[in-house]
Amino acid sequence: MDLARFIAKRLLRLVLTVLLISTIVFFVIRVIPGDPALLIAGIDATPSDIAAIRAKLGTDRPLSAQYFDFLWKVAHLDFGNSMISEEPVTALILQRFPLTLALAVLGMVIGTVIAIPIGILSAVKPWSAWDYVGLVMSQLGMAIPSFWLGIFLLLVFAVKIPIFPLFGAETLASLVLPAFSLGFARAAILLRHTRASMSEELSKEYIIAAKAKGLTDRMIKYKHALKNALLPIITVAGIEFGYMLGGAIIIEQVFSLPGLGRLFLYAIYQRDFPLIQGGVVFIAIVFSLVNFAADVLYSVVNPKIRLE
Amino acid sequence: MIARRSQKIVFSLAVLYLLMLVAAAIAAPLLSPYSPSEQYLDRRFHAPSLDNLLGTDNLGRDILTRLLYGARSALIVGLVAVSIAFSLGGLVGLLAGMGPKHIDSVLMLLMDSLLSFPTILLAITVVSFMGYGLVQVMVALGVISSPVFARLVRAETLSVKTEGYVEAARALGTPPAKIVVKHIIPNIMGKVIVQCSLTFAQAVVIESSLSYLGVGTQPPAASWGLMLKDARNYLAQAPWMAMYPGLCLALTVLAFNIIGDSLSERFNPRLG
Repeated sequence: MDLARFIAKRLLRLVLTVLLISTIVFFVIRVIPGDPALLIAGIDATPSDIAAIRAKLGTDRPLSAQYFDFLWKVAHLDFGNSMISEEPVTALILQRFPLTLALAVLGMVIGTVIAIPIGILSAVKPWSAWDYVGLVMSQLGMAIPSFWLGIFLLLVFAVKIPIFPLFGAETLASLVLPAFSLGFARAAILLRHTRASMSEELSKEYIIAAKAKGLTDRMIKYKHALKNALLPIITVAGIEFGYMLGGAIIIEQVFSLPGLGRLFLYAIYQRDFPLIQGGVVFIAIVFSLVNFAADVLYSVVNPKIRLE
Repeated sequence: MIARRSQKIVFSLAVLYLLMLVAAAIAAPLLSPYSPSEQYLDRRFHAPSLDNLLGTDNLGRDILTRLLYGARSALIVGLVAVSIAFSLGGLVGLLAGMGPKHIDSVLMLLMDSLLSFPTILLAITVVSFMGYGLVQVMVALGVISSPVFARLVRAETLSVKTEGYVEAARALGTPPAKIVVKHIIPNIMGKVIVQCSLTFAQAVVIESSLSYLGVGTQPPAASWGLMLKDARNYLAQAPWMAMYPGLCLALTVLAFNIIGDSLSERFNPRLG
């Protein structure tokens, strides 16, 4: 399959995924017991209040009309207006997204810097001190919830040794602790994948052939094996990056950062349904785009994958 | 050899920890003289002492007592969520694996879409529409975790289906339901049990995350996540409030992950 066809196929999958997630969100809101209008109106509301809210939400129209209207708007990145601030949901999201994106990128950098070197050394030197460090780190990274790590880091580096702020995001430094909390857990998973991928590569026949050819150990491990071992990591890193966007919700809450996660959470507290709906679909789009980019990048560096 | 032995020791420690946790959660009222929710305002922020082994919180409640009752929430959520995910995902996986191709495609597209989305976000969304609380969290987590089981069961079913003995059974006219019960399920259970252990760990973390965010277990009930939420505002004053719930959470997840990893190596010796 050539690259263009591969990209087209993946693009179709991206659109299908976003369509499915949008559909699920749309129906979850309407199928789960509890009319949003009743929830918003509260227990003292009169029937006319509820009818007014239904009209405002558009939930008084037939379900099919609502659904196609919703999809049409999603296709134009129009998620309606917030019930609380009455501002367009898309504008609110785009206002908060840069901070969340910066947090996820920094988290990814920290995670990669930790995971890749240790993962490689663990595979190259099995049962060495590096391997044990990798093992302990990956187990701890997966066991320690990122929000507790965040609280712990705040306790140490903002309360006991006050070098980082306890709240807010005025400087880049204030993103270091949240990004580390976010990146450490993802590093654990990336580390395991890196180790497994490198170990697998080192056990392949071409490594034996390279040895027989008389190449140095260094050359074999760090030039040939490493290059191939890092390829599948691109896909894992793509997925991990997407998960960081999800994890940012709780980390932003721990560190009081005004990002997309917090916006989403407040939308939930205030039952701002258009904002919740828009937030989920927006994150689904970003998540799918990141995975799409990782897939395409992977297929460029490893054309074999296009044959599968 | 040494590595294998130390692995066994770590596995036994993980099992022992979980057994103790279950016992402590069940026997919580017998183990502690305090109530998990009653407030003792004259005893706020007491550091760990003989009276309150792990100290008290901002409302004077005994931390150890709340940890024990919090273990109940964590374990119940894990158990119910895994049971739902296992049943629902298993059923979908079997249907996809055994059924015609078009059903397989549709089911897997649905499952993959759900899988390709951050679990925590889906959980918050579902819970926010169903209303906050422990039961909602359990159901939401069960449904959200089911795609992993569906994918695993489908893949294993497809692989077992091509084995000679299954083909032979089919050639002999054994009905599909009997093939599933007699041949497929017994052969895929190993990997499914491993997944149960990992999903349990994930459910415990997500329950505490949701409680931390205020959409999971509701006060005054005890939950480790809720305890951490309270602790966040008193980090300088009472650091012990944040330390112990987090430690319990991390140890529990670690124990489940270790058990999952060890079982996985047992069922797939090549990975070892």
